[in-house]
Order: sequence, then structure tokens, then C-alpha cells
Amino acid sequence: MGRSLEKAIIPVAALAVSLVLFGAFVAAAGANPLDVYYDMYRGGFGTWFSFQNTLQRAAPLMLTALCALIPAHLGLIVIGGEGALLLGALGAVLAGRALGSAPPILAATFMMVAGAAVGGVWVALSGAMRTLRGVNETISSLLLNYIAIALFNHLVEGPLRDPVSLNKPSTFPIADAATIGNIPGMDVHWGLVFGLLACGLSYFLVMHSVHGFAARMIGGNVRAAALSGIDVARLTIVLCFVAGASAGIAGAVEVGAVQHTANATLIAGYGYTGVLVAFLARQHPLAAIPVSLLLGGINASGGLLQRTEHLPDATVKVLQGILFVVILASETLYGRYDWKILGRAAERKSAAVVPHAEPLAPAAGAEPTQVKGVA
Amino acid sequence: MVPIVLPPLPRSFLKALLTLLAVVAFSGCNKKESDASAAPATSGATEPASVKAKPFVVGFIYVGPKDDYGYNQAHAQGAAAIAKLPGVKVREEENVPETDAVQKTMESMISLDGAALLFPTSFGYFDPHILKVSDKFPNVPFLHCGGLYQEGKHPKNVGSYFGYIDEAQYVAGVVAGLTTKKNKLGFIAAKPIPQVLRNINSFTLGARSVNPRATTSVVFTGDWSLPVKEAEAANSLIDQGVDVLTMHVDSPKVIVETAEKRGIFVSGYHANQATLAPKGYLTGAEWNWAKIYTDYVTWVREGKSYPHLLRGGLKEGFVKLSPYGPAVSPEAKTKADEAKAKLLEGTFVIYKGPIKDNAGKIVIPDGTARPQTDIELEKMNYLVEGVVGKLPS
Repeated sequence: MGRSLEKAIIPVAALAVSLVLFGAFVAAAGANPLDVYYDMYRGGFGTWFSFQNTLQRAAPLMLTALCALIPAHLGLIVIGGEGALLLGALGAVLAGRALGSAPPILAATFMMVAGAAVGGVWVALSGAMRTLRGVNETISSLLLNYIAIALFNHLVEGPLRDPVSLNKPSTFPIADAATIGNIPGMDVHWGLVFGLLACGLSYFLVMHSVHGFAARMIGGNVRAAALSGIDVARLTIVLCFVAGASAGIAGAVEVGAVQHTANATLIAGYGYTGVLVAFLARQHPLAAIPVSLLLGGINASGGLLQRTEHLPDATVKVLQGILFVVILASETLYGRYDWKILGRAAERKSAAVVPHAEPLAPAAGAEPTQVKGVA
Repeated sequence: MVPIVLPPLPRSFLKALLTLLAVVAFSGCNKKESDASAAPATSGATEPASVKAKPFVVGFIYVGPKDDYGYNQAHAQGAAAIAKLPGVKVREEENVPETDAVQKTMESMISLDGAALLFPTSFGYFDPHILKVSDKFPNVPFLHCGGLYQEGKHPKNVGSYFGYIDEAQYVAGVVAGLTTKKNKLGFIAAKPIPQVLRNINSFTLGARSVNPRATTSVVFTGDWSLPVKEAEAANSLIDQGVDVLTMHVDSPKVIVETAEKRGIFVSGYHANQATLAPKGYLTGAEWNWAKIYTDYVTWVREGKSYPHLLRGGLKEGFVKLSPYGPAVSPEAKTKADEAKAKLLEGTFVIYKGPIKDNAGKIVIPDGTARPQTDIELEKMNYLVEGVVGKLPS
């Protein structure tokens, strides 16, 4: 009871504090905070159009968040989502081109699988280096991002370039059969469904499966895990593969649903925003969904803030930064207070203070004298 | 008694929170008042018209910051010119990536701001984003910077415009060729794509038309906005003896500042960067979007048909040169003005054979002239003689 109460109170309070701090910030920048809140609501959630905008922006974040979130349960901080997304996109383009004549569902599925496979291998590299050679996974996955970007640019501008793409180097487009459309009745592509499914599946994998339990054992104490018979290396590499695969799918969705080719515009930072989502979600797969929606909504409303309040684009980045810092700081509050007691104490106080105001007063007055005596 | 560890932190926390709330609420009230008093001063031109009639809302979308001293600032200056027109209201959004984010921005400008005309200014917005969204809003013109429109292939409410800015680079090359003391020019470029190669080649041809011993060393950074790499490239070129730099990147700011700091000359691009290098700024190839935007807004507002493909150079007023800096010699000014006059007449062709590439191969044979509108120039894949550098094959 106290625990679940805590899990609800702390994030909500952190969100509220962030919004207040952000309000002070925009006030300092010369805008009316209440107008800004209203615009953010209107731009991110207020209308069906805005909400779909938010959903669309949240979709890739759910997938890239998992790339940081799943390895976190192994005790690993992986920030290689960006590279896995890009190379996943390249893999998807190659698959999407190869399968031009296949039935649409098959072609799209194969494209996703190809994206997942390439992205998975890329992050599994970091996992393997970590578990087999002791290379720090944060550094290696970050550096692999740069390698992935260089490789991506080289292939897009060189061997895989469509000669027709003169001033915007791109690969050949995928076959029409391989494109991914919108969810019926919505202006949001299927990537959202993939994101929700991936978060749901990861929840069972990480929180309710033997492998997830084993992963958390590794995260807690590698030696203990190894001594209890867990194949640390295998599980680490496999889970890193799963993590990279979800970022790879994000890349495949961007290709299938949005760009239809692979080009440098895919380097849009989804991978890095995913890391932010994972941390804000406190590495909980289901929490990644609302956090993605929140960040998606903030980004969706960023445009409106620029246009109506004339605030610079960096404004939403400031809010993201404030959120990140406040939520990380609020982590220290977990387990410090017994919220159940707080709740009960508050009840007792409100019951006590009103009718027995007088008898309590002398007791309160007596305390300071005692303290003085001790001093 | 149950000990409660709570009090110190949350109470102060609460206090801080309340204080903040008060500050926010207070400044909010203040803003309202100052808003009301400031309104006539800041938006006097558009407000009265909007009271009478619904304003004509024009949306501008930029891929980077609109104060980047470069590509986006040039467009924002054009937008600022539009904002001064009576009855026109400008809505701007900067740092919009070429992902589905720009689709949503365009839709949002139309459905939430009521935009009746859009200028998505980045090259990469066109395909697939503008093509996709323009289908949904057949009554809103989408006018794109890049010159990609093809009659019959693209929607009727889409248009594209672009300028032959290499003409201005040619004239800047003349100035550079007569200013350099070591005959070594430097060009920092983003990507080896036709548009960029054309600028490098025109700059070099301009320089060598007055100083055949001049060469241009090229460095490709790989992307449109990489300030650190651009600074490194600038320093490395200067270390190699280059004494005039120019560039084709989104924001020339870092390169111009580096050149000034190192005491060499620099020729600008996209917008005027003279304030960043008061000593070494020679001239620069600038866009003049204000003219194109004013024309388009007038055509669309009056319900006239507008050109779907609009291109032009110095003669048409699409591009211009920054005023000459203090380091430009009278001789260089005369020669540059001559070249400019010939381009303004429209009689001079920059790409006139024989032109060799820097490996000695003839790319434009003797007797062949390729004027600006020649479609072959859009596929440029070589560096002319006098350029030091290599294209990735």
C-alpha cells in the first residue's frame, strides 16, 4: 500500500515541480506561464489532431527507450540506440527492396525482421564486449553510434545511393508493397502499435520471466549470478540483442512508414531521446509508454510555443532537462518516508488539532525548553 | 509515538514550491499588463488590419535556428520582410527536422494557426513530407526552397523556387583571386552534392579568371551543420597557407570567426556575416528571399496563378553580394563589378568550354556553353581545374 502510494506520489510531484520550475523559466523569458501551459496542452493533447501528433512522436521513443531500458536490468547503461536505429533502417531498406514482389504483409514483416536483426547485432556487440572482455558498455555503445553514423553516411552517399537523389543523397526507395500505412481511422502509422506491443512484451520478459529475474540477478551481483548457475555471457548478449532489435524496428518503421528510403534525415536523435525516456520511466517497460507520450506531447507542443508565444525552440529542451533532473533527484526520495504513516498521521492530526487545540499547545511549548536544557 | 522522519525536507520543499508558484503567478500578471501596453508598439503594422479583416497567415519552417548567420537566417530575413506587409501575419517554427515532425508542423500551422500559405524552407522537406501533406490540403500552396517541382508529377498546390547563387560565388571568387597573396584559397563544404560542387567550381573559375595561379583547397565536412569540424577544417586550411576562406555550410559563423581570429580574409555565404569579421570580411554570396517571398505572397493573396518553378540569379534579384569589406582593393572592386555587370546583363556564361576537371579530363568541350538553366549543370559531379581535392567515387 505504502509502496504503491509512493510510486504514484513521487513521479506526479516531480512532474508538478518540473512544471512550476519551467513556468518560472518561461516567465523569466518574458512569456505568461499560464498561456504556455495552455498552449502545451492545446499543442500536445487538447485536440484530436494534437493528440495524434503526440502519439506519432511517441511511437519511435517507446521502441528506442527499450534499447536502454532492457540492458539497465542487467546493470548496463547502453546508449547505442541511435546507431542501432540507423543500421536497422539500412537493413530494412535492403530487405524492402529485395522483396518488391512479395505480398505486402510479408514484405513489411520481413523488413521489420531485417531491421531488428541488424539493430540487435549492433547492440549485442556492446553487450559481448562487456561480458567477454570487460569493455565499458556505455563508452562502447556511444562510440559505436559514431561508427554507425559514419557507416550509414558512407553507404547512403556511396554504394547504396540512388543516382536520382542528387542534392539529398538517399538509398533507392523500398518497394510499394513494403511500405507501412496508418492505423485505420487514425493519422498515426503502425509504429505506435509496434511500440505498445514491444513495451508490453518487454514487461513480461523483464518483470515476469525467469530470464528477467536472472537479468536482475546479474545486475545486482554478477558473481552471485554466475555462482548460481546463470550463463551470464549468454543472457547479457541475448538481452542486448533484444534491446538493439527494438531500436532497429524503430528504424525500420521510420523507413517503412515515413521516409521510404534511408537518408541522413533519419539521424534525428530518437536513439538519444530514448535513453531519456528509459531513465524517466525508471527502467520500467510499462512506464515507458506514458513517459514517451509525455515527451512526445512536449515535442508536439514545442512548435505551437514557438509560433504563438515566440519562445525559442530550445524551450522544450529546457523543460526536458528540468524533467530529467527533477525526476532523477526525486529518486532519492524513494523509501525515505513511510507514506502510509504520513497518511495516518495526517488523519490523526486533522482529527486531533481541531477539537483538542488547547491541550496540545502546552506540549508543543514544552519541547523547546527541553532542547535548551540539553544544549 | 511513531517517529516520523518527514518534517524538515518536505516543509521547506513546500515553502519553496509555494514561493515559486507565487513568483510565477505574479510575473504572469505583470506580463499581461506589459503585454497590453507593448502591443501597439510591437505589432502595430498587423494588428489594425487583423481587426478589420482576417489576417493572411503565412507559415515559415526552418530546419535550424533562425539566427544562425546562415541558411535559416537568410530565410528568416525574407519572412521578416513579409511580416511588414499590411494584413499579413507570419508564423515561424525553427529547428524542425526533416522527419514526420515537419509533416505535423505543416498540418499544425494550417489547422491550429490557420495558415493559408506555407514556406517549408529546407531542401529535405520536399519528398516525402510536402508531397504527402499537400495532398490533404489542396487549397493551401506549399512553396518549397530547392527547385524540385516537376510539372505533371507533383501536386498542383506545390511550388518550388531556387536561386543560382553560384553567380554570386563567381564574383566573390574574383574578389578572392585578387586579394590572396599566397594564391591559396580554401573552401569548406558540407557534402559533395551538385549544388555545392557548382559553388566550389564557380568560385574557383571566378578566382582564376583574374588570377590563373590561384587554387582552391576543398574540405568536405560531411554534414550541413558541424561547427567543430568546420572550425578544425578552417584551422587546418589556414595552417596550410590558405589566406582566403569561403564555405557552403548551413551556418558559416564559426568559419568566419575562425578566419578573423587567425587574421586571414573570408568571403561569406547565405547571409551577411560582416559583423563577425569586421577586418577580414571581403564580400559574400547572399540570398535575397525577401523579393521572392513578397512576390509569392502577392500572387497568392490576389488569387493569381503563381509560377510553380521559379529560378533566378543576380539578374532576377534572387541573389546578391555583401557590400565590399575594407580589405578589398580598388582593383578587385573594379574587376568584381565588371564581372557582376556582365552577369546582370545576362550575356555572360560561367560554364563555357573548354573546361577541364582537376584530373585533366575535359568536362565541357570547346564551343559548348552551359548557361544557368542548363539541366546538365544540376548533375555536376566534378571539380574543375584549380580545385585541390577529390570527390568520393
